[in-house]
Amino acid sequence: MAAKPYGRLKGLVMVAMAIATVGACSSATSTPTATSTAGAAGSANPSSSASTVAHKPVTISVGVLRPGATQEATDALNLQISEFEAKYPWVTVEPMEYNWTAPTFTAALAAGTLPDVFTIPFTDGKGLIQQHQIVNIDSRVRALPYVDKFNKSILANGQDEKGQIWAVPYTAYGMSLTYNRTVFTQAGLDPNKPPTTWDEVKADAKIISAKTHNAGFATMATGNTGGWQLTTMTYALGGRMEKTGDDGKVTATLNNAATKAGLQWLHSLRWDDNSMGATFDYDWTSINQAFAAGQIGMFTGGSDLYTAMVQNDNLNPADYGVTIIPLASDPNAGVLGGGTLAAVNVVTTEAQRDAAVDWIDFYWMNKLLTQDGAVADAKALKANNQAVGVPTLPLFDKATYDQTQVWIKDYINVPTDQMTPFTSKIFDEPLVNEPTKNTQDLYAALDPVLQAVLTDKNANIDTLLSAANKQVQTILDKG
Amino acid sequence: MSAPSGSTVAVRGKLERRRRRIRVSRDGLSTLAFLLPLLLVFGAFSWYPIVRSLVMSVQETNLVSTLTFVGLDNFARVLADPLFSKAVSNTAFFALLALIIGYPIPLVLAVIMSETRRYKSLLSALAYLPVVIPPVVSVLLWRFFFDGSPNGVFNTILGVVGLGPVHWLGDSGTAMPSIVIEATWAGFGGTVIIYLAALLSVPRELYDAAEVDGASIRQKIWHVTLPQLRGILFITLILQLIATSQLFTEPFLFTGGGPANSTLTVLLLIYHYAFQNSLGGDYGMAAALSVMLAAFLAVFTAFYFWLTRSWSTTS
Repeated sequence: MAAKPYGRLKGLVMVAMAIATVGACSSATSTPTATSTAGAAGSANPSSSASTVAHKPVTISVGVLRPGATQEATDALNLQISEFEAKYPWVTVEPMEYNWTAPTFTAALAAGTLPDVFTIPFTDGKGLIQQHQIVNIDSRVRALPYVDKFNKSILANGQDEKGQIWAVPYTAYGMSLTYNRTVFTQAGLDPNKPPTTWDEVKADAKIISAKTHNAGFATMATGNTGGWQLTTMTYALGGRMEKTGDDGKVTATLNNAATKAGLQWLHSLRWDDNSMGATFDYDWTSINQAFAAGQIGMFTGGSDLYTAMVQNDNLNPADYGVTIIPLASDPNAGVLGGGTLAAVNVVTTEAQRDAAVDWIDFYWMNKLLTQDGAVADAKALKANNQAVGVPTLPLFDKATYDQTQVWIKDYINVPTDQMTPFTSKIFDEPLVNEPTKNTQDLYAALDPVLQAVLTDKNANIDTLLSAANKQVQTILDKG
Repeated sequence: MSAPSGSTVAVRGKLERRRRRIRVSRDGLSTLAFLLPLLLVFGAFSWYPIVRSLVMSVQETNLVSTLTFVGLDNFARVLADPLFSKAVSNTAFFALLALIIGYPIPLVLAVIMSETRRYKSLLSALAYLPVVIPPVVSVLLWRFFFDGSPNGVFNTILGVVGLGPVHWLGDSGTAMPSIVIEATWAGFGGTVIIYLAALLSVPRELYDAAEVDGASIRQKIWHVTLPQLRGILFITLILQLIATSQLFTEPFLFTGGGPANSTLTVLLLIYHYAFQNSLGGDYGMAAALSVMLAAFLAVFTAFYFWLTRSWSTTS
């Protein structure tokens, strides 16, 4: 009788040993060798014949599938993945659903569940680099033939203070005024003559509200997007949210005259004209949905929204119109510019990092720089009814950008005429980068200010901005 | 039959003790085997996070970089944060509204349902139905009801009598009451079932005696039902207060704490500390506020039971 428990114990020990052995074997097979690393690094140059070098199989996950994407968008991605895997046969790419939002990104970052390749806004680049929460891919990126062609100020978003590259910018946008052409027509406005001043925006919003019962003008206000939009308006009116002293010390300037004027303008739209509808808690996703559903006349957002609205919100292309943000006559007035960086997860092997840079090169860069890449990308997107030709800003120089547009000319399927008010003027507009220090904290502090103005007729703008400024300064001082 | 000798008795006793020891040790092993999964699950998902929160509350960490011991700094920063007092007052306001609106409703419904002779099961099922609906679904459903445009469900109803439209969730004054209404709807079913069960245990003779004494329905409820239920009432009251102190899902999904922080609760503030900044939240402050909330609730509950110890017996 007494021998039985020991017998069970012996069995358990043997099972445990067997599991440990299998675990050891599996981890041994995934360990990259020096040969594979060197080989893959060499393959970073798309023109090299890296596939002739012996490589061990490697799998990377890439966060490029937007949650809720249509089957056609998924098919387009799968086609591109199969092309990549044909070019790099030792790499297996696993697409993951991914959409950057501040709260979900933080949680995934802390939990270590981000994809091997993921994307972040320009505003997060410096902070993640400083905290070493993404991988230094400097040598890999510098092996690419076009690294010197990057617009220096755009590349800087993914570099540390020594100029080392940790993340690669792959798209840049300027903030725009997006408007619904159908709603404009319903309100008796000319959709080919969108407003060019803030006064005209206000007047058109009032007409739209009165004649269509839609929101003439709406704004995002939650999940840090309210602060983002308020900063956009502040820049357009010539103000700034932060000031960097000669000693490098950053001071919060949220209570500047332009921000106050912007809030006063919104207050007037909301309470005097009643032209902002009944929803004041939009975020990026919900305002796109409402716009695509024809509930909003105008709102400020990125110039590249068309893709997301088509992929996720069934936007009728005929509805879409985009123009530049009206700028005040102030010499400091400018268009807030932003963009997205591709970064590599710290929880990756050397071989995965090589493959990750190959993917960044293939998926995001080739289409901007080579005719083959541009055509292949456009063809794949068009074949699956995805947007080709959405207005963005040049990552390299204007000539390269124009050349790319020529290459994909036959595949462009977006209503470019409806985007002309934006594309014909944006390259002459002064672009201003987002606040550099604690950007998301700054935006978060401004969200309640914007919400208060939109939901409380008696909101005291001075008091609200002073409190928010104090809050942000405390965060900036903490470092 | 001869009586067993002393040595035989001693040997038997020894054998019996050994058998009992073996049985006890076998029982102990099987008990442990059954307990082990429970201990592991609780240890991993409840006790370890609690201990980890306590440790993190005195650290500065983003869960990636090297952490630093900061003593009570996180607690001091929480107390100095103007949003802290806002979150506490909002949470207290919600608790008060929930007490006024949400606490009596299940009791009244349970009493009415207990008096109903037909369809009692159907009514119980209907009352419990909202509890079965996932909170996210409930909130999405109620967002339609609370639509601030004149075409919203509630505003259409108000429009019939010439009132509104009301910006239910888009107004600082009505956002929290709107959340209380939804939360009451979503949660009252469970409490109704508890009260119904408790009402069944009230001796019928007490009502008979009251009737003989000429008591009205109101008097029977006041003098028989409520005193008989007071133990349950005290328990549900403290459970409700604890639940309202931990309000998160509704304000998170309905308003995100807005407009202008008017529905920012303590738990939502903890969430904001931890996750609002995409570059890694202030997990130290989040843990510190969590510890403060847990400590407050523990002290409050102890005080509550001490205060009501002499009232809470049903005998």
